Amino acid sequence: METYLFYILAVVTVIGTILAITEKHPVHAIVHLVTSFFSLAAIFFLLAAPLIAMFEVIIYAGAVMVLFMFVIMMLDPGRTDQAGRPGLRQWLLPAILGVIILVSIGVLAAGYVTAPHTSSAITVREFAVTLFRKYGVAIEIISMQLLFAVVGALYLGRRRAP
Amino acid sequence: MIVPLAHVLVLAVILFCLGLICTLVWRSNVIMMLIGIEIMLNAAMLVFVGGACHWGTADGQVFALMIMAMTSAEVSLALALVVYLHRRRNTVDTDEFRELQDQ
Repeated sequence: METYLFYILAVVTVIGTILAITEKHPVHAIVHLVTSFFSLAAIFFLLAAPLIAMFEVIIYAGAVMVLFMFVIMMLDPGRTDQAGRPGLRQWLLPAILGVIILVSIGVLAAGYVTAPHTSSAITVREFAVTLFRKYGVAIEIISMQLLFAVVGALYLGRRRAP
Repeated sequence: MIVPLAHVLVLAVILFCLGLICTLVWRSNVIMMLIGIEIMLNAAMLVFVGGACHWGTADGQVFALMIMAMTSAEVSLALALVVYLHRRRNTVDTDEFRELQDQ
């Protein structure tokens, strides 16, 4: 049952992403992308990562996409029916490049067989112990990085005196 | 593990290539380029979570969390840059930002 659910969610994710990248207007692209991220969060849940699934919904679909939406609305991108999409010629070469990379890595990935591990499920307790014991320094560094990002964003966003 | 690791990897590769195509095709629109980068980072996160599930260690999930924190920092800075550029030239078209000279 869960196996079928994984494949259905994988198809939903890929279709949502394709719709997002072919959409003319950024606002519609964001809405399709939120759909894709929700199904990706469900995939994370199926892969025994409930915390990551929750953070995906809260941070990605919630915060980051809403931030995108705020900025797009602030910039006034124009009417949706007047938005232009890159022409067919601009789609051709990137699609060829992408498909070449897709096939080459995909063949490698599909042929990747490992012995199935009989591993126990990862509990939230185990996740938290790994996060704060083993990678405690990384948490400190990442919090400093977030602080620097806030300072940089404030610096870039301030109004200059004319 | 409910599915073989190879299937998770194939899904991640498909998502990564879609993000790459998005970044290459929409190279004249800064916001769509950022969306493509988001898709690629999500594919990387999927690989980490799939690996963590396969080998039964929590390290992969920790690194997925790190990627998420890194992405939120990157997005906040990049969108501040977009707002700054839009204030200067009143557009998000990258072709308009071809001069180094301050005006």
